[in-house]
Amino acid sequence: MADPLLTFTDRGIYCPRGDFYIDPWRPVDRAVITHGHSDHARPGHRAYLATHQALPVMRHRLGEITAQGLDYGETLDIGGVTVSLHPAGHIPGSAQVRVEHRGEVWVVSGDYKTTPDGLCEDFEPVQCQHFVTECTFGLPVFKWKPQAEVAGELNAWWAEQAAQGGFAMLGAYSLGKAQRLLHMLDPGIGPILTHGAVEATNEILRGQGYDLPMTEQVTPDMDVKSRTGALIIAPPSALGSQWARRFKGASTGFASGWMRLRGVRRRRSTDRGFVVSDHADWDGLLEAIKSTMAENIYPTHGYTDIFARYLNEIGYTARVVPTEFGGDEDDQETAA
Amino acid sequence: MKDFAALFTQIDQTTKTSVKTEALAAFFRKANDEDKLWCIALFSGRRPKRAVTTTQLREWAAERAEVPLWLLEESYPIVGDLAETIALLLPEGGETSNESLSFWVKELIALSQVDLDARKPRILAAWDRLDATERFLFNKLITGGFRVGVSQKLMTRALALATGQDEAVLALKLMGGWTPQTTSYHALIEADSPDADASRPYPFYLAHPLESAPDELAAPQDWQAEWKWDGIRGQLILRDGAQYLWSRGEELITDRFPEFARTVDFLPPGTVLDGEIVTWDGAAPMGFSTLQPRIGRKTVPKKLLKEAPVILLAYDLLEVGGEDLRDRPLHERRARLDTLLQDIPPEAAVRPSPVIRFEDWQSLADTRDTARAARAEGLMLKRLSSPYQIGRKKGDWWKWKLDPLTVDAVMIYAQQGHGRRAGLFTDFTFAVWKGNELVPFTKAYSGLTDAEFGQITTWVRKNTLERFGPVRRVSPEHVFEIAFEGIQASPRHKSGIALRFPRMARWRHDKPPQEANTLKDLQDMLALYG
Ligand SMILES: [Zn+2]
Ligand SMILES: [Zn+2]
Repeated sequence: MADPLLTFTDRGIYCPRGDFYIDPWRPVDRAVITHGHSDHARPGHRAYLATHQALPVMRHRLGEITAQGLDYGETLDIGGVTVSLHPAGHIPGSAQVRVEHRGEVWVVSGDYKTTPDGLCEDFEPVQCQHFVTECTFGLPVFKWKPQAEVAGELNAWWAEQAAQGGFAMLGAYSLGKAQRLLHMLDPGIGPILTHGAVEATNEILRGQGYDLPMTEQVTPDMDVKSRTGALIIAPPSALGSQWARRFKGASTGFASGWMRLRGVRRRRSTDRGFVVSDHADWDGLLEAIKSTMAENIYPTHGYTDIFARYLNEIGYTARVVPTEFGGDEDDQETAA
Repeated sequence: MKDFAALFTQIDQTTKTSVKTEALAAFFRKANDEDKLWCIALFSGRRPKRAVTTTQLREWAAERAEVPLWLLEESYPIVGDLAETIALLLPEGGETSNESLSFWVKELIALSQVDLDARKPRILAAWDRLDATERFLFNKLITGGFRVGVSQKLMTRALALATGQDEAVLALKLMGGWTPQTTSYHALIEADSPDADASRPYPFYLAHPLESAPDELAAPQDWQAEWKWDGIRGQLILRDGAQYLWSRGEELITDRFPEFARTVDFLPPGTVLDGEIVTWDGAAPMGFSTLQPRIGRKTVPKKLLKEAPVILLAYDLLEVGGEDLRDRPLHERRARLDTLLQDIPPEAAVRPSPVIRFEDWQSLADTRDTARAARAEGLMLKRLSSPYQIGRKKGDWWKWKLDPLTVDAVMIYAQQGHGRRAGLFTDFTFAVWKGNELVPFTKAYSGLTDAEFGQITTWVRKNTLERFGPVRRVSPEHVFEIAFEGIQASPRHKSGIALRFPRMARWRHDKPPQEANTLKDLQDMLALYG
């Protein structure tokens, strides 16, 4: 049997025939990047390839990089291997990487969610024989409610604070989660204020044409009193900081898939937890895997052992692939 | 169940005691008598008889959720709670129920009386009719351990708010062996209770930790020194021929310590003592670990009573002959305490906590160094002229604890936490050197900041050498300073030692693993302090 098209090395997922890596975690010559989160798009590679939509944020985060952009669905030949990028529905610009050589097709999912969020490009199943999948929430206890329902909870909480002349302060990662939440908010309730880290990403995405409501960045000389009833979006690390203290008595909230677990909710000790994730839930993972028609599944970050065991039990050939994804940003409740 | 679920959500969403109390009080103002009674029962550790086993629950839930049982079992430690795991797994039921808390509790009671075969369909039907939070609570009623951040004390305070009755009076009413089946809300709460006044405790006076040496407290002759015991602070009240024991949390714990039943035979009525409840081997305290099994138990098995008998080491006299002594200076209260207890026989289970004589601060510091041998945690310093104050007033009472023992150890195994710490590596095994070999000697779970736990979690994921179920062997790179309160010989452990209250005091980024301590170092400590 011929060597497989993709292999798993200690630098990352590697295609020997095309001599490129996908989301490598050590510096390499050529890196195909699924999305801009820092556990996937790392600094130090010679050349980057990503969607046109993902590049502006990557440039903002990584500084000067040599990068090439692709449209979704556009193909590129790298050393005889056909590479294309397909929407992953995770954050704006995020992609799954499809790699093909002589009928052998692999898809590396990166991070993904299967339900549309109205902001980023909708997930698109891609048929393949080998599917490398994340499984951050690969346990049957993780099930997400429809976005509209959570948006209702979120806005009700905000409206409650606004009605009392208070503030609602929401912790969210500056890339992806923050914008998704913005998109879910009802701007009719009050002003929306942002932390500088969030606003920087907003600016970039607005410039690309993503539809975000109007926001105002919190500045040191801002007259906070004239903005009572506001909702403030800030990175989780800013929530307990000096920065947050100007919004006296603010009710705090946090949005993450982990908020589904009571223990984690309590550990965060924010006033409210909202179950919002940019990763697929249990049913989403199984549905995505099924729609690829792949027989060989490679779970990467998340509850890999348990998930692989289950997949094997229901008839797939699943093998856990250790990676260095996770441990950062959106899919890591611990980093917050 | 909707009202009770809403109450639970309110309580669960906040860390503020005042908000919890207000939410509970609002429930008590609004709910019907039967629901109130069950609410009181649940938050005071009473629950309906178990209708189904947890094994049955797991099987039925897995079947209903259409997942293999092993998958439920794997999810459980990550969620950290079986009732919650099941509630999260079950598919939406599609029906709703407007039935009350007591309806569902009674359904469970009824279930325990029907045939086994009849129970499953009724549990499944209940799951179908309850929403996610209600299901969780319903499952909690079955599995027990109804701990949701509401202590009996908090519940009592809320009840006091709602009824206008005195909190101490209510605490007394809630004592004893009642169940909702044997009483009514009216009989339990609304009816008069004649002995309420007799049981009322004084607020405790609490000491502050002394951060440095006591030199700045000025003249040593103005101070009284005692051992600082490692037990439970308690107030023993003898009035009207009965005795009442209160803990520092102002919880009435008379029933848990039957040892004090006979104090009424030896001490006059109108006596109130402040002291420390410790387990006692006839000559010295037996250590906190032997007291622990006694604390949570409302009824004490005979065997435990024999293995871990308690006494009160009394150090203050708050009332004598019915007279409140708290305004009198400590030296006077102490003299009267000594007189009161001088002839008391051992079966009274009350002894005076000795006063430690000293000339100067240096000699007292030397005494403090011997605290471990005396089975104490350090010293207490109390101003001789001080009245018995209320709460944490600074200045007159100081606790001067021993510094913990420490050892630098290498992390070799890591395991994920559960519940509040799901997803984080928080449980670690540490080792010291024996020649070229690393010998595990203790586990530790606490002491790091959330940021540090996050950092070590990321590191563990990348540096796992081997997996044994949930346990990961990690490369021996990181050194932590482990602090602990005591050390004992333990043949059950490979290292031959066991530590008391070990925790991670510091992450020694500055130390390479080669410089961690050795087993010999620990053995030397054992010889010195064991
Ligand atoms: Zn991501
Ligand atoms: Zn990721």
